[in-house]
Amino acid sequence: MTGANGSSLVQAGGVAIEGRNLVLSFGETPALQGADLCVKRGEIVAVMGPSGSGKSTLLYCLAGILVPDSGEVYFDGQRLDAMREAERSRLRRDRFGFVFQFGQLVPELTAEENVALPLLLRGTHREEALREARSWFEQLELEGMERHRTGEMSGGQSQRVALARGLVAHPDVLFADEPTGSLDSMNGELVMGLLTRVARQQGSTVILVTHEPRVAAYADREVIVRDGRVSSMAPVMQ
Amino acid sequence: MSVPMALLGLLDREPSHGYDLKHDYDAYFARGRPLPFGQVYATLARLARDGKAIVGEAEPGAGPDRKRYTITETGKSEVEAWLAEPIPAEPYLQTDLFVKVVLSLMLGRRAEEYLDAQRAAHLRRMRELTELKQRDSLVDTLLADHGLFHLEADLRWIDLTEARLAALAEEVAS
Ligand SMILES: Nc1ncnc2c1ncn2[C@@H]1O[C@H](COP(=O)(O)OP(=O)(O)O)[C@@H](O)[C@H]1O
Ligand SMILES: [Mg+2]
Repeated sequence: MTGANGSSLVQAGGVAIEGRNLVLSFGETPALQGADLCVKRGEIVAVMGPSGSGKSTLLYCLAGILVPDSGEVYFDGQRLDAMREAERSRLRRDRFGFVFQFGQLVPELTAEENVALPLLLRGTHREEALREARSWFEQLELEGMERHRTGEMSGGQSQRVALARGLVAHPDVLFADEPTGSLDSMNGELVMGLLTRVARQQGSTVILVTHEPRVAAYADREVIVRDGRVSSMAPVMQ
Repeated sequence: MSVPMALLGLLDREPSHGYDLKHDYDAYFARGRPLPFGQVYATLARLARDGKAIVGEAEPGAGPDRKRYTITETGKSEVEAWLAEPIPAEPYLQTDLFVKVVLSLMLGRRAEEYLDAQRAAHLRRMRELTELKQRDSLVDTLLADHGLFHLEADLRWIDLTEARLAALAEEVAS
């Protein structure tokens, strides 16, 4: 049904990631029932919709964290869903970045170590990774907190650290699931301003799950998930 | 918006010419709808007539609008009182949004389609306002946020209404 939209983008070239006819159930519970989403390189897309509609499941399928029961996920011309887990996990590590609602930082590590983590996992030398990580703290408005343990930071502060961790390795695609969901308005604005500014500078594609319209308004466009399907809000071409 | 109170408030900073008041009004409050000169001078004349401002002598060599205005004590206390007074908590109970939904349901039309189109229009406007915020002017951001929160309130109502359309349709049909 929404396939027309997807294929026109494919023809235009420059597709970053695409899910076609994704179906996934958790036992008896259908989470995705034929979801399509095609995102162009460098595009920031907000995925909106009611709670339980399948937004997070869609994001996890596109990111190769979950494998759909049927349907296809294309990234960089490859079938993500058809890869072996080891291959997928390498791809996640090398090409993707992640931010979740609750930062999911490592509380025993310092803020700069948390930010450096994706670089270390990719094999960057420790000193270089930490230097790169430290260079983020000014724009995070967290100067002087580089050596603080993230377990001791406020929600807003640790979410900015989590955002830097998601973007530090210049991922092709940043997957953000309710990145402002646990923040007050002011911290939400800080995180979204930073996320979109850096993603645009780096040319990272962003898939942003949110139920907050003010957060979605930072994206280039929005799609709405309802009952496991995506309805695009772009004007209907006839 | 109260143009007289805005001009009187701007005049409370320092004695000013009509031209300067218009300039600042346009910069902070007009948002693409500049105040016509005629309205500025008519408003200032009324403020002077009511004892809230004093008109100075026209300055030599200048045109007819080179007059300086000074706020009076009466004017000052009026600004003070106005600033502190809450505006009516207007709940927008007569909005077209609401009328369109109810009429659609009464006429057996698909209100979902209207609500989807409205949601898209609201989000489009919210993206424009969000772009305005990237310009690093806190005054622009302040105004954009005001618009954004109101549009978001509409959107919450749209979502909730959409979830209740079946029940609403029954109620207005009877
Ligand atoms: N791990 C899981 N186990 C069982 N059911 C799940 C799981 N994750 C999600 N679901 C169900 O799948 C549906 C979609 O969930 P989700 O994608 O998390 O929605 P959203 O992110 O839009 O709130 C919901 O009915 C939810 O209860
Ligand atoms: Mg979710």
